[in-house]
Amino acid sequence: MNFETIIGLEVHVELKTKSKIFSPSPNAFGDEPNSNVNPIDLGYPGVLPVLNEEAVNYAMRAAMALNCEIATDTKFDRKNYFYPDNPKAYQISQFDQPIGENGWIEIEVNGEKKKIGITRLHLEEDAGKLTHGDDGHSLVDYNRQGTPLIEIVSEPDIRTPEEAYAYLEKLRNIIQFTGVSDVKMQEGSLRCDANLSLRPYGQEEFGVKTELKNLNSFNFVQKGLEFEEKRQEKVLRQGGEILQETRRYDEKTKETILMRVKEGSDDYRYFPEPDLIPLYIDEEWKEQVRQSIPELPDSRRTRYVNELGLDEYDAGVLTNTKEMSDFFEATIEHGADAKQVTNWLMGDISAYMNKQQIELQDLPITPEALAKMVKLIEEGTLSSKLAKKVVTELVKNGGDPEKIVKEKGLVQISDEKQLRDIITGVLDENEQSIVDYKNGKDRALGFLVGQVMKKTKGQANPPMVNKILVEEIDKR
Amino acid sequence: MSKISKDQVKHVANLARLAITEEEAEKYSEQLSAIIDFSEQLNELDTSNVKPTTHVLDMKNVVRKDEPKEWISKQDALKNAPDQEGGQFRVPSILD
Amino acid sequence: MSVLDLSIKELQEKLNNKEMTVTDIVQASYDRIKATDGDVQAFLTLNEEQALEQAKALDEEGIDENQFPLFGMPIGIKDNIVTKGLRTTCASQILSNLDDPLYDATVIQKLDQAKAINVGKLNMDEFAMGSSTENSSMKLTRNPWNIDYVPGGSSGGSAAAVAAGQVPFALGSDTGGSVRQPASYCGVVGMKPTYGRVSRFGLVAFASSLDQIGPLTRTVEDNARILEVIAGEDTMDSTSANVDVPKYSEALTGDVSGLKIAVPKEYFREGVDEKIQESVREALKVLEDKGAICEEVSLPHSKYAVATYYMIASSEASANLARFDGVRYGKRSEEANDMMEMFKLSRSEGFGEEVKRRIMLGTFALSSGYYDAYYKKAQQVRTLIKQDFEQIFEEYDVVIGPTAPTTAFKVGEQIDDPLTMYANDIITIPVNLAGVPGISVPCGFHPDNDMPIGLQIIGKHFDESTVYRVAHAYEQATDHHKQKPQLGGAK
Repeated sequence: MNFETIIGLEVHVELKTKSKIFSPSPNAFGDEPNSNVNPIDLGYPGVLPVLNEEAVNYAMRAAMALNCEIATDTKFDRKNYFYPDNPKAYQISQFDQPIGENGWIEIEVNGEKKKIGITRLHLEEDAGKLTHGDDGHSLVDYNRQGTPLIEIVSEPDIRTPEEAYAYLEKLRNIIQFTGVSDVKMQEGSLRCDANLSLRPYGQEEFGVKTELKNLNSFNFVQKGLEFEEKRQEKVLRQGGEILQETRRYDEKTKETILMRVKEGSDDYRYFPEPDLIPLYIDEEWKEQVRQSIPELPDSRRTRYVNELGLDEYDAGVLTNTKEMSDFFEATIEHGADAKQVTNWLMGDISAYMNKQQIELQDLPITPEALAKMVKLIEEGTLSSKLAKKVVTELVKNGGDPEKIVKEKGLVQISDEKQLRDIITGVLDENEQSIVDYKNGKDRALGFLVGQVMKKTKGQANPPMVNKILVEEIDKR
Repeated sequence: MSKISKDQVKHVANLARLAITEEEAEKYSEQLSAIIDFSEQLNELDTSNVKPTTHVLDMKNVVRKDEPKEWISKQDALKNAPDQEGGQFRVPSILD
Repeated sequence: MSVLDLSIKELQEKLNNKEMTVTDIVQASYDRIKATDGDVQAFLTLNEEQALEQAKALDEEGIDENQFPLFGMPIGIKDNIVTKGLRTTCASQILSNLDDPLYDATVIQKLDQAKAINVGKLNMDEFAMGSSTENSSMKLTRNPWNIDYVPGGSSGGSAAAVAAGQVPFALGSDTGGSVRQPASYCGVVGMKPTYGRVSRFGLVAFASSLDQIGPLTRTVEDNARILEVIAGEDTMDSTSANVDVPKYSEALTGDVSGLKIAVPKEYFREGVDEKIQESVREALKVLEDKGAICEEVSLPHSKYAVATYYMIASSEASANLARFDGVRYGKRSEEANDMMEMFKLSRSEGFGEEVKRRIMLGTFALSSGYYDAYYKKAQQVRTLIKQDFEQIFEEYDVVIGPTAPTTAFKVGEQIDDPLTMYANDIITIPVNLAGVPGISVPCGFHPDNDMPIGLQIIGKHFDESTVYRVAHAYEQATDHHKQKPQLGGAK
């Protein structure tokens, strides 16, 4: 019997509003513990939540970008559970009227496109952070408490761990472009839980699913699901039974490990939040949010191919992050050639970013500078070879390419008289090479070009050097 | 007669994070059963077409602007903490 | 005649004429508390040092009283209203160490701006759950009219303090009758405003969809003056309404001619003391004599109000009281060795009987499989109860009945039986469920025990003005409000 894999993903994304969702505390990552909290975040007696309008706008923006239908009537509910990081012992969330429903995104795996459904997207508050110590105690920091969060639940449409990976990449990509979140897994602004079940092919009913938690990268999501797929298959083939349980992926052993077996379903005792007034989102409000959504990656990619003549692969890489895509567009807006810009961004600049583990927005290079440099190459002022030195300078220290070229003496020698004098000198010193060249040894020409470059510290215009060399040799 | 059993009482007490003794479970079982019985009178009413009231006033869209505001100091945040360490609230860990 | 027998208007006149200082008034309040609180036991925490300092500052500044409507007026605050730098316990052991709750409730900020002076915090049933103040874990408050009797609840400390003349005014909170019923038991005026009229920010939540803060005073006029100050929309409370606050004290014209009064037959049924029914009917006659028109009506869903209330209030309370977990403030059990024990032991040790019972009931009503049958059902019946009032108010200006089915009972008489206790609230509860305003004003004394009787006047949403006008007209036509209990140091 062969089994079909069914995967569902639950993704939490923190929204980067200035203040928290239900309190005016600053919403910031990485500050000293308990420095961004107020009595509301701490669940003090008597406090009340007041909804941050921007959190609603951001959630709507994300929902629209994920092709969700937006609710007209929506509300908040209390989800009750005790945990030290949950200060009211209820989380304000949305139960039966999520802000977005019935969305989808398109993924591509091995050249095949597939739509993955999104069941719902709802708005809620994040919890604080509990750090487990080894002395029998844990510590709680409530800075994160009240950060606006959207939970995005996929339909059980995903069939392979690879598709799960592609779904997550695509989801992150789209949300990043909407500008509502940093979607950084390492900072926790994107978090993912996965569930997986198997069923015999042809069977309609789903099998018992296990849930994977604490997945710290998309890679681990895929690896964890791959392990879980094999583990469940083995259990089933041996006539065993899958239990409804929560497991975690161990990065060292590359296995999933049982955390707890679920007994029945959790009883969260949801009920409508009496402290918050229901939302009525009319067409005008929806339209206003729709207008605020920037062009999304799919559309940009298509445009790069159709209008700018880039190939599919390059367009895909450029639209992988919003920073890259925005930088690219800003550079060509300054009049630079799209293909040239693409080459520099995907080549030397990306290489530097990878090597230094640094983000594009943290580099001192500006789109204007890159555009200028590309122009200097087009004008012949700068050779491609010397341009590499300019780019290195730009990514390290920034600055104006024209100045760099001048200060470092990188201006290309294109003056014919000057080049002819240098070349004549080189030929005088290398008569054997002239003989070799005339005897059909083409390599001799390369040697002579190299000598000219050496004398000019690489500044000579290569096509002109070639041309003049041949002319001068012919004269002898 | 509806009756809330002792086991149900214990389950509810656990959800509410209340420690109860056997005797208390017995007592709650009786008292809650009595209150639930009393409330069965609501079933005399056909409410199949009645909308539930969560908010007694008909209001919509009460929101605030996204403006951060300083309020209390970090010291104040921890002022009433039963236990703290290094600027964080300290709690006993989950028993494995 | 004590300073504290004077009305706000009279006190302000004395201040204006320099016959008296703010310090005199505040000091008189503390003197009276010292003389009588051994018997009454109304106060949990006194704010004496700070209050006298404030009084002194006001005397020195001599600020214009017209600008500050409660200039120098001493006020007592129910202990479930959060006061920065002043212990706030809700009469619960779990908060017995909350010496500084870090912020002021909106009503406290408003009283501050009006230059009122907070004298101290008043006893109550733990977390406002109860009808006699016997559920306080701190002390047993007595009814100033007879200290063998309870003051009612849950704002029993507030009602007793006003009745005993310790403070001329106090704030209470009303979820199912907790301002009106103790006002009735103690012979003072207690108002539960329209839901959304007064900000709940800083009121420790019992049942969020029902709770309202309201004033307790000796006269209707004083009551109106306090509400004028504390009412209004608050950006910190999403459920507070954007409705203008009229000058209630200017609505007290004494004129009720042509006013249409609905008298629900359900409020005069079995369980409602005969003598109380008589007193209320006499009160209606007084209003009829002044030109009002009384007609019997029916609020057919009234009898379902108690069950509806206990489901809704307990469910909301079970969530509202979950935050008391021993992590950030309040008491943590010293016996706790792991996280689960910290939660369970802290809560079991910190909460009293009644609070635990309601948390259990609410948790049950919300739990999986029971939500629709109990919680949702109750919310649907709530709609029917609300519609009862809407229909009546299409034709009538106010609804009048007794405040409570009995007068105050003796300490210890009822506490063992939850269902009997719950029945005390049978006439006050529908008002909270419908969100309408209701006031209790003194309407005589019971011939059997000489304890006060309360008359309840219920109005339309946000029509406190009419409620006050009727209450005032009745009050001025009688002298019940002039009666004072004989307590140590009285007169």
